[in-house]
Amino acid sequence: MSGATETAEIPITVDFSGGLEMLFDNQRRHSVSLPAVDANGKPATIAFLIDYLCKNLMQDPRAELFVLDNHIRPGILVLVNDADWELEGEEAYEIQPRDNILFVSTLHGG
Amino acid sequence: MEGDVESQPVADGTTAATDSVANGCSRRLTDDEFDRYSRQMIVPGMGKEGQLRLINSRVLVIGAGGLGCPAAQYIAGAGVGTIGIIDNDVVEASNLHRQVGHATSRIGMKKVDSLITHLKELNPLPTYVPYPFQLTPQNAADIISKYDLVMDCTDNPVTRYLISDVCVLVRKPLVTAAAIQKSGQLTVLNCPPTPQGLVDSEYAPCYRCCFRKPPPPSSMVSCGEAGIMGPVVGMMGVAQAGEAIKILASALHMPVAKNVGDNNTPEKNLKQPTLLIYTFDLESAVGPYSFRALKMGGRKRNCFACGENSTLTLEGIKTGNPDYVQFCSAPAPVVSLAPEERITAAAYHAAKEKGELPDHLLIDTREKEHFSFGSIQGAINVPFGKLLMKAAAIKRDGGPATEILPAEAVKSNTPIFVVCRTGSDSQETVEKFKELGLDNGGKRRIVDIVGGMKAWKQEVDPTFPYI
Repeated sequence: MSGATETAEIPITVDFSGGLEMLFDNQRRHSVSLPAVDANGKPATIAFLIDYLCKNLMQDPRAELFVLDNHIRPGILVLVNDADWELEGEEAYEIQPRDNILFVSTLHGG
Repeated sequence: MEGDVESQPVADGTTAATDSVANGCSRRLTDDEFDRYSRQMIVPGMGKEGQLRLINSRVLVIGAGGLGCPAAQYIAGAGVGTIGIIDNDVVEASNLHRQVGHATSRIGMKKVDSLITHLKELNPLPTYVPYPFQLTPQNAADIISKYDLVMDCTDNPVTRYLISDVCVLVRKPLVTAAAIQKSGQLTVLNCPPTPQGLVDSEYAPCYRCCFRKPPPPSSMVSCGEAGIMGPVVGMMGVAQAGEAIKILASALHMPVAKNVGDNNTPEKNLKQPTLLIYTFDLESAVGPYSFRALKMGGRKRNCFACGENSTLTLEGIKTGNPDYVQFCSAPAPVVSLAPEERITAAAYHAAKEKGELPDHLLIDTREKEHFSFGSIQGAINVPFGKLLMKAAAIKRDGGPATEILPAEAVKSNTPIFVVCRTGSDSQETVEKFKELGLDNGGKRRIVDIVGGMKAWKQEVDPTFPYI
């Protein structure tokens, strides 16, 4: 493993829960090698990850069930290593190697 | 100094009920109480004091369904002194796989009465208060303020936001849970209750702090539509009871007053709540992601309900401000089909019987589980999600629409009829088919069967096994 490869991609796991897995091939956990920087050379953030997931991992065309106006849609919680993303800077959080990012749809049934 | 917990006197009297927990903690237990609660009282940390707190406390269970049944059963068993139950529904056979406080013999009975019948049998000591109607913006504050703690066991966001807002204003801790299909969630909010506008991330959040906006209605389905596994919702209801018992027995919910000199009770502060999520997997045994405990943030400065510039008031709620229904709804669907592109279930059936539809395709877009119970003769099952996926792929990569329809049907002008469960997916499907050019430039009819299989059952075949 060369240093260059390590910086080019960030290995992370991405989990979906509360029904969102349906949009991602019904699979709850995905191993993702995320490009370390975006098109402008900026470090990969959660905003970048969300866009990346829509373009590369989503099987279902109903993207509006995941993003709305380029942001995560209302009713989806984003957790960085099991903590609410607002504790981590929300969309601006810079993804670290081996992070676990969880997307959970809030439920209302009962 | 556990025994010194006192509720703070509040000018508006909204926490009056909370006093009940702290008071009366020194009386003797009756023989009946002593026997009945002995096994939980000897658990370290409970003791006689914890038990008396439960006996003196009042819990409101909102919803007597899949969450409310187990939640009420366990707090009743544990000896919570007063248990109020709100629900306007009646017991149906399809409830019983998960709503275990009801019974086959009580189908058709009001759920509150059915559940209280069960609870009295389990433990006759508590006082049970039935509210056989819906919680509304008009009655919510009056009812909720009579209790020490609220359990949100409802099934819709409109009521969830209403409950939370009122709990903020009358200062009650809220134990909230939800479940659908194979997933459940649970969290404790507003505990200890903190006055509205008192902002500091040290304070516990409300429902709106954690879930600022409801999901769009298109992404929400009810247990009736999407299904629910009994143990998933049951587990969440039992966990709600567990949280409620913990809070009440330990007086964790005693309100935080402004400028209390004593800040040395951090262990009592649930300021950073946990959201428990549970995912049940029909394909594997207990797996690594079955339970997860997620750290949520504290109270939000800009929260609509509890934040520093909040304009939310009880008076406003009563007079329709905010409008909860509107807050949780979305613009009407955009699909609009021409009259000739629609046919009622009865008219479709009649035309078929008369031989006016000799040759046509009938596409049923329900999920395969629904389809497996029965379908109109000759129907081809193309589940809606898959259909959308394939349609998107065809649009993106080109190629024939054979992926969706039988090959020989793609080019011919055989009319296509589309039916779904309740009549909305089928309209969208007609639009999609036209987008894909399956109408052959208007030469082929593509028709939506209005109202779906639900209408088929009502208009054509009352014996149809519709779920």
